[in-house]
Amino acid sequence: MGAIGQPIKRKEDHRFLTGRGRYTDDIVRPNQAYAHFVRSPYAHAKINAIDTADAAEAEGVIAIYTGKDLEGIGGIPCGWQIHNKDGSPMAEPAHPALVSDKVRYVGDMVAIVVAETKVQAKAAAQLVAVDYDPIDAVGSIGAAIAEGAAQVHDDVANNRCFDWHLGEKDPVDAAFAKADHVVEMDVVNNRLIPNAMEPRAAIAEYDVSSDMTTLWTTSQNPHLIRLLLGAFVLSIPEHKLRVIAPDVGGGFGSKIYLYAEETVVTWAARKLGRAVKWTADRTEAFQADAHGRDQVGHARLALDKDGKFLGLHIKNKANMGAYLSTFAPAVPTYLHGTLFAGVYTTPAIYVEVEAVFTNTAPVDAYRGAGRPEATYQLERLVDKAADQLGIDRIEIRRKNMIQKDQFPYQTPVALEYDTGDFVACLDLALKEADWAGFEARRAEAKSRGKLRGIGCSTYLEACGIAPSALAGALGARAGLYESGSIRVHPTGSVTVFTGTHSHGQGHETAFAQLVADHFGVDVDAVDIQHGDSAQTAFGMGTYGSRSLAVGGSAIVQAADKVIAKGKKIAAHLLEASEADIEFADGKFTVKGTDREKTFGEIALAAYVPHNYPIEEVEPGLEETAFYDPKNFTFPGGCHICELEVDPETGTIEVCNIVVTDDVGRIINPMIVEGQIHGGVAQGIGQALLEGCVYDEDGQLLTGSYMNYTMPRAADLPMMKVGNHVTHCTHNPVGAKGVGEVGSIGVTPAVINAVVDALKPVGVKDIEMPATPQRVWQAIQSAQG
Amino acid sequence: MQVTMTVNNKSITRDVEPRMLLVELIRQELALTGTHVGCDTSQCGACTVMVDDKSIKSCTMLAVEADGRSVKTIESLETNGELHPMQAAFKECHGLQCGFCTPGMVMSTVDLLQNNANPSEGEIREWLEGNICRCTGYHNIVKAVQHCAGGSKGA
Repeated sequence: MGAIGQPIKRKEDHRFLTGRGRYTDDIVRPNQAYAHFVRSPYAHAKINAIDTADAAEAEGVIAIYTGKDLEGIGGIPCGWQIHNKDGSPMAEPAHPALVSDKVRYVGDMVAIVVAETKVQAKAAAQLVAVDYDPIDAVGSIGAAIAEGAAQVHDDVANNRCFDWHLGEKDPVDAAFAKADHVVEMDVVNNRLIPNAMEPRAAIAEYDVSSDMTTLWTTSQNPHLIRLLLGAFVLSIPEHKLRVIAPDVGGGFGSKIYLYAEETVVTWAARKLGRAVKWTADRTEAFQADAHGRDQVGHARLALDKDGKFLGLHIKNKANMGAYLSTFAPAVPTYLHGTLFAGVYTTPAIYVEVEAVFTNTAPVDAYRGAGRPEATYQLERLVDKAADQLGIDRIEIRRKNMIQKDQFPYQTPVALEYDTGDFVACLDLALKEADWAGFEARRAEAKSRGKLRGIGCSTYLEACGIAPSALAGALGARAGLYESGSIRVHPTGSVTVFTGTHSHGQGHETAFAQLVADHFGVDVDAVDIQHGDSAQTAFGMGTYGSRSLAVGGSAIVQAADKVIAKGKKIAAHLLEASEADIEFADGKFTVKGTDREKTFGEIALAAYVPHNYPIEEVEPGLEETAFYDPKNFTFPGGCHICELEVDPETGTIEVCNIVVTDDVGRIINPMIVEGQIHGGVAQGIGQALLEGCVYDEDGQLLTGSYMNYTMPRAADLPMMKVGNHVTHCTHNPVGAKGVGEVGSIGVTPAVINAVVDALKPVGVKDIEMPATPQRVWQAIQSAQG
Repeated sequence: MQVTMTVNNKSITRDVEPRMLLVELIRQELALTGTHVGCDTSQCGACTVMVDDKSIKSCTMLAVEADGRSVKTIESLETNGELHPMQAAFKECHGLQCGFCTPGMVMSTVDLLQNNANPSEGEIREWLEGNICRCTGYHNIVKAVQHCAGGSKGA
């Protein structure tokens, strides 16, 4: 019985449910010291002097280090290089782990205090006297590009990081020249703070005898951290640096990057020769975790008289924050500009993106990363086009959709989609949402004094980034393959080592299903190991919905190698030709006979090779594979939101969420649904609740859960999740990816529903998050 | 200051700083790391435990305030290797992903059912106002509580 497609309960749950999870802060190392960082209260200030004398005298203090002590070690590197329109490389200013010259955002780090206890470290940090000379700050994209704006980095003119483009301009200009209609709008994509529930943490330890440094850290990709920290910053060779990401309490992108904190903690542990631990409090997470989104832009769509899309021109600006985080430059460019075809046949697309530095926390990938921004811009524009041309919102989408028989489909913005069935997803979602019956519900709501609206969004996203060669050509400074190793034990049980990392995604269960199905063994006979650079050969980690599509493919490739070796052993034992051996349902069989050996018997023979083709095959049964993707994968679908606005208060109640997604082959439908629920919640959060606010001076106004609105249970409805699956054609699993679809598809559906609800009172657009205050004000302004 | 209390049915005595929070006592002194800290403003609920059988955020209470009282953490729920019905319901309904908010969610919802054996969806959502989850969208947490309530009806 195949394990694939079964809603098997998760193997990891027992430890999490009984308090046996082992997160970084739960780990206690012998004689560990505690670190606390001195952070800037100013967004932009020159550092005149740092006086640590009083702090050094404080009880329990072991050491205090400032940027001067770290001179000679590398800065925090950026993993992606974008080129400007003229071919020159982006501006890439230094990102010191501890700053000495000037601070560039609230939360920028100037010193580390190491003490015997956490309380002592924190208390002593208050005694570090930093003489700041505040200077004008640029707290937003608008401020950064204004005439005479303060410069975040002295060596970056006009605060401009890069000025990038994609697609061809001439065909787009030609499309607009012949268009019957032009629809355009400004779109703001609100800045978000990721807020994984486990704050970031790090413990570093140095063993002088073995010269081994070990770092436990809250990471989505421990090998990448080892590579960046060892090779680029601290000059520790890989075999002397072990990075472990144990249980990690959510990531959503924010735990991909190499941060200054774990860098300094590791450096300090080596310097002091004892373990040093740092755990962020939530305030630090708000200030210094990489934030998400934060783009402003203008979109123009050219249409013919029938509503067919002729051309699309996108001109955006993106906020990089104060420094370039690990993948930051990729987000508003190749993870964003490439998405503007969406599910549509728009023949000409040109995207221009200017990225700027500001005195705010670094901005990088947050669940969806570039794709939610593109989808939001496109799907708001399509709704506006329908309204302006007087065409039904669904009809205009249908009219422009890529049809099932058009795959593979080459877009004008670099991607070649392999499969999909967008019309089927749309139809299924419309049916589940009873779109046809909506007007009756609107009328009923009106009788209760409520404004009811419905909104739809289609989406297509690209994940499982890429072939490595293509990623390299686009600016990636790393490969984007994945590794998988399979160790079959003598009695046929299996340990799998994956370079991906599970921080909620359920790999320990889903990957076990994948392998169990492949070998015809019980799911409980397969164990998945991840998160330790000393165990797994190498790995690029988990982000961009890549784990199953890329990591799972590496595992399948390794499993195929195991079977290939098993066939040689079986051929010997069954005295048959290797070509005649078949493997299915856990048995090696001589074709057309009942002569067979079980998977377990072959494993035992491999480890007890008494009767064995020893001249031909080595003993043991363990294989490793590295899988490099042949293309991106392309999940797609349709999300629908129905909601009610109370015009008296501006409050919104989300009444119904229907999503239909094509995530490719599904291994565990229970986990897939859970991933979609979580993504949808974050997507609704962006649309209605969440917004990071810096004031003009660069002060973070939303610095805690008291003033940054996280989605709570009462803010969300039950969700109807459906699937219409087409398999990915170019990876051996057939999976496309599910981690991000929820946060990509639903946000524009929610805002389209808000605008639909407010249409009768004259509101044409609303900015995210559509808070009660914003909605109420929009209604008042529209009604003059 | 010396405090004595019952933690997971065992009596413990410790010398603590007056400013030590109950959650710090639980995690640092008693090494019961199932209780988590997710914020510094008593909003997230990851540190929820039972004090005298009532759920409370252990970051809102000083260790000295728990003197003489009975504290129960997530580690106490499993009995003889059997999950508590609420733990089992979370597993059955996939009410957890990364697991970080989970101990707080379980402790909080166990208390909910003590107060209201058969809560409506709205009552469950309202009760969870003080527990933040970033992974599940609460959908399967609500289902888990409903599942547990339904399952315990006959008992």
